[in-house]
Amino acid sequence: MEFFLVSLLKIAVVFAGLMTTLAYLQWVERKVIAHVQVRIGPSRVGPHGLMQPLADVVKLVTKEGLLPSYVNRPFYLLAPVLAITMALTSISVIPFGSEVSVGGYHTWMQLTDLNVGILFVLAISSMGVYGVALAGWSSNNKYSLLGGLRSSAQMVSYELPLSLAITAPLLLAGTLSLREIVQSQAGFNFGFLPRWSVFNGPFPQIFSFLIFVIAGFAETNRVPFDLPEAENELVAGFHTEYSSLQFAAFFMSEYANMITITAITTILFLGGWTPLFPASLGSNFVPPVLLFIVGAVALYAGLTPRRKRDGFTFPVVALIFWILAALFLLPFLQQFLIPFFWFAAKVGTLLFIFMWVRATLPRFRYDQLMGFAWKFLFPAALINLLITGLLVALTAK
Amino acid sequence: MDIFFFLLFATVAVGCGISVVMQTHPISSALSLVGVMGSLAVLYLLLGAEFIAMAQIIVYAGAIMVLFIFVIMLLNAGAEQRAGRSLMVKVLGAPVLIGFGGILIYFFAVNFGDATPVHFGAFQGGSARAIGRALFENYLLPFEVTSVLILIAIIGAVVLAQKEME
Repeated sequence: MEFFLVSLLKIAVVFAGLMTTLAYLQWVERKVIAHVQVRIGPSRVGPHGLMQPLADVVKLVTKEGLLPSYVNRPFYLLAPVLAITMALTSISVIPFGSEVSVGGYHTWMQLTDLNVGILFVLAISSMGVYGVALAGWSSNNKYSLLGGLRSSAQMVSYELPLSLAITAPLLLAGTLSLREIVQSQAGFNFGFLPRWSVFNGPFPQIFSFLIFVIAGFAETNRVPFDLPEAENELVAGFHTEYSSLQFAAFFMSEYANMITITAITTILFLGGWTPLFPASLGSNFVPPVLLFIVGAVALYAGLTPRRKRDGFTFPVVALIFWILAALFLLPFLQQFLIPFFWFAAKVGTLLFIFMWVRATLPRFRYDQLMGFAWKFLFPAALINLLITGLLVALTAK
Repeated sequence: MDIFFFLLFATVAVGCGISVVMQTHPISSALSLVGVMGSLAVLYLLLGAEFIAMAQIIVYAGAIMVLFIFVIMLLNAGAEQRAGRSLMVKVLGAPVLIGFGGILIYFFAVNFGDATPVHFGAFQGGSARAIGRALFENYLLPFEVTSVLILIAIIGAVVLAQKEME
């Protein structure tokens, strides 16, 4: 009984957190891209456009859902449901932090831990192709069909280097459970260098990290691999015919897939919730100090306002950040917040790289996309796996 | 609880299997086949073979069926027309089906009548570690021979697909 109650509570917390993150990720992305391109970005709805996600949700919900007369109705309606379900399911095996105890009850900051966790994520993400492929095909529209075809070909091709890149760090960890993969990367070499698989011997997984991230861009249909929705040739690709909540489902599934891919990268290569340097060197004080500095910068911006309302909004932001910094110093909350901070910091950095790349790089041509996967990424991942396997076998006890 | 899930997913598997044959549109048939693969994976999971279950979804549902659907979409195959049944099918179809079912049941009753029923959760050897040990110790030769077979198939496909040499 206790287990069910705790699980329900955890599901509610994770769901609420994930939905908020999905909504605000889009705001962050628009802001980041705007600033890279020397624009301001959303700024009308609420201070600094902070209410923009809410406005977008209201717009999408109240919009009329169009059902074109020429579509294949059952599959047209099934496709967005498949896409969003598959995108949201993977989050259930992702560990956000270490074990916590509340009033003598021990639980993990993870919904469930499967002993085939990483395979489960791979299986679910490979089922996600159906959403996109069916959406393209059932729309009965040549642009949508081309988008769906491109996407399924691309996702099947890039799944190979992706899986091979996953295999190499698994050899170092010796387990398929995501929780144990993170635990195998805990600890420090020479007292300060974390044992994350990107750094750790016998063969640092820096190459498979890069291959995984590149293939991750392709799996989530992001720039520079966003051929399935190339707007200058395919209108909007596979989701051309969709509107209202069905469009929102595709949109959300893209962002949810981004979160999953970055979370898996963090767990496999960057040590999950483990800190960058040991607690004995003061890593527990990094989050409060960082948040304090952010608050101080915001306060400074508020004291020298460039616009009239900055004099009010920035001190409020500073106050929020200082309260957060104070929360990190409470001993009861530290067990939740500090592992989660390190996990979120790594995921956030990777998400920022996704946005940075989108703001910077042009799109591949289709033959370049396929050639890159089969002639470069796949052999590179294979060679990396062979070297890792050889070194693991030679250094085994 | 286990028996409930077994009955549920066994029904789904059989229903999807019938749907593969009955659907007129190739995409519907292919998706029904995905349903069969998925429910089979759940049955493997119930039997304690979690690695096989995940491999089933990744390989069959995630890769092979995606390629099937890709080809169907690429060829833009439409729904099939139902042809009328011939007289022999109309007359003999149902009796032969019932007879075949009866022979199968008789065969199983004679050969496996005294088999012990499966206990869900009794089998523990389905982990990735156990499968790996089995593959690379007891069945190393068949495993390697299969990989050579697949290599031959790949080379054959490349030879067939390449353009005619002038």
